[in-house]
Amino acid sequence: MSSRAKNRHVLLLLGLAAGMFGFAFALVPLYDILCDITGINGKPALQAALHEEIEASESAIDREVTIQFLAKAARGMPWEFRPLENKMTVRPGEMNRVMFYVRNRSNHSVTGQAVPSISPGQAALYFKKIECFCFEQQELAAGGEMEIGVSFFVDVDMPAKINELTLSYTMFRVGDVEHEHLISHFEAERDDT
Amino acid sequence: MVAHAQIVPKKRHPLLAFAARWLFTTNHKEIGTLYLCLSFLLFFIAGSMAMFMRLELFEPGIQFVDPLFYNQLLTLHGLVMVFGAVMPAFVGLANWLIPMMIGAPDMALPRLNNFSFWILPFAFTLLLSSLFMEGGAPNFGWTFYAPLSTTYGPPSTDFFILGVHLMGISSIMGAINIIVTIVNLRAPGMTYMKMPMFVWTWLITAFLLIMVMPVLAGVVTMMLTDRHFGTSFFDAAGGGDPVLFQHIFWFFGHPEVYIMILPGFGIASQIIPTFARKKLFGYHSMVYATLAIAVLSFVVWGHHMFTTGMPLFAELFIMYATMLIAVPTGVKVFNWIATMWRGSMTFETPMLFAIAFVMMFTIGGFSGLMLALVPADIQYHDTYFVVAHFHYVLYPGAIFGTMGAVYYWLPKWCGHMVDERLGKLHFWCATFAVNLTFFPMHFTGLAGMPRRVPDYSLQFADFNMVSSIGAWLLGLTQILFLYIVVKTIRGGEKATAQVWEGAEGLEWTIPSPAPLHTFETPPVIAQDHGH
Repeated sequence: MSSRAKNRHVLLLLGLAAGMFGFAFALVPLYDILCDITGINGKPALQAALHEEIEASESAIDREVTIQFLAKAARGMPWEFRPLENKMTVRPGEMNRVMFYVRNRSNHSVTGQAVPSISPGQAALYFKKIECFCFEQQELAAGGEMEIGVSFFVDVDMPAKINELTLSYTMFRVGDVEHEHLISHFEAERDDT
Repeated sequence: MVAHAQIVPKKRHPLLAFAARWLFTTNHKEIGTLYLCLSFLLFFIAGSMAMFMRLELFEPGIQFVDPLFYNQLLTLHGLVMVFGAVMPAFVGLANWLIPMMIGAPDMALPRLNNFSFWILPFAFTLLLSSLFMEGGAPNFGWTFYAPLSTTYGPPSTDFFILGVHLMGISSIMGAINIIVTIVNLRAPGMTYMKMPMFVWTWLITAFLLIMVMPVLAGVVTMMLTDRHFGTSFFDAAGGGDPVLFQHIFWFFGHPEVYIMILPGFGIASQIIPTFARKKLFGYHSMVYATLAIAVLSFVVWGHHMFTTGMPLFAELFIMYATMLIAVPTGVKVFNWIATMWRGSMTFETPMLFAIAFVMMFTIGGFSGLMLALVPADIQYHDTYFVVAHFHYVLYPGAIFGTMGAVYYWLPKWCGHMVDERLGKLHFWCATFAVNLTFFPMHFTGLAGMPRRVPDYSLQFADFNMVSSIGAWLLGLTQILFLYIVVKTIRGGEKATAQVWEGAEGLEWTIPSPAPLHTFETPPVIAQDHGH
């Protein structure tokens, strides 16, 4: 055996191992791209619908789709968050607007970001938002409240077998959670004594 | 060599000399022994965790084990069995046997070999020390799904992550060593298609290890940065996705389950021809079937995730690909049966373990086929049926395979024959107990008992009691196994070089016990040797 052949094989195999380590990280963007293309994990687009898409679907068609709205605050998020309407029946192609209510129940200012999800996941491709609070972050002062809205339409191309869909939002806290946690913890202790 | 002989060895304390010998050894046989001893120790540690779990499950209700501690037990049982018992045992066998089977003097990279072994005690010290930490040991199952292991994991999760990193480094270096040895050190005339099946299965297993252990390292690194460095790979709040964790984990995890069985296939393919006194039937198809299984293992990880809401086309593809694996596996099973067909069979202990391996692994394979069907899997997901399935492929599969290997090659390693009477007693007790433990789990699972619970509904009480009795019996029989191994090493009937009447292969041409250094000049491979 030549030790040169041995060294070459070791290097090749080390390269393979390093490549597979990189592949694990490459799976992250690959997964996102695949989900974007197919809309399979219920992740709707986080941008407004394109102008052409809006124009293309101006003629509403005679078909009814029921949309349910869900809203919840994530763990450690001291907000009240709920839809003002629980359910809405819309026609594909027609513009709609739904409002949500948020209130900061804590005694300090908190910033939140809502993450939408649509089920069944297939419907995510056909649910188009024109304007949404989930495109940006919300900041509420201590005890502050407001109404936030989503303007949307359902694409006329949505498969006929889907006649009910659920749009749910989870409101996550943005920023240094642990730090704020500590502050609220100390404040609670101070209030108790 | 002459220069070495002239150096007068310094006098050292015998204990120090003993420690130095094992710490610094670069001999493949000694490192193989170290691997086997470590895996035996960890097998007992992880097994005793199972004993505690079966104690709690003996009756419905919470009696002995706190539910939170139960979760830690089941997590560590899985992790230690997979990474500490099964994998190091196979690496130990590879170290002992591959150089002897291909006529090489040692592994290609002896010092790296020493390093890969000595990382492991540290890895498992890190992992097991978490039991004594504040907040307890990891409690999220051996699959450590996010967010259980990221957002909600106990502080000791970081010790688990570093432990897994060390195990991964050890496995990758071990696998590189095995491949380089097989590719470069075969004796002249030992072509690839003349290699014993055990060497072939390990060559393929080593490639699987190099391709998936880095992915495991990647996923635990992402966990670490999610926990401490503000990334959001698996956190929806930051744009990540917990389902992504499952994809990356099972991309590692499914080839991993073949890593735990392919060397077992190799062992059965060595033992059965010996005691059937025939050549292995369909050697070439055996090689190609192993390759096919390895390749297919990379495209079926999704069958662990049918309930995550996959699109229909993905479910269909993965279902058919999974069922396709039954074809090469069936080729293997029929080849083993055909090898036995009209052979002059005798039933020494290694043969009994090999036949039990074929039969009970097939039972585990069949329940695997049931789980491959999407509509059925949605029903069986996370029930005891899954527990029954993977214990059938791992216990009578991987572990019986290893035990058969120990009974088969132990006379070669230590020069003494095994007490057949005790070996057969061990075999029949273990076979009875393994079925008593795991067969009822099929029924509790089909009836809807969820896995990973310390308590259960009353209707599952009888079957669980049977499983618990079986499990304790199974634990006891392994103490008998330990006794048999120690007894054989200490003495017994002297073994001949060939050991078994029908044994063929290079390792049976050297004396028993095998001298520390073998094949320093390559053996001559007869031209008609082979398949």
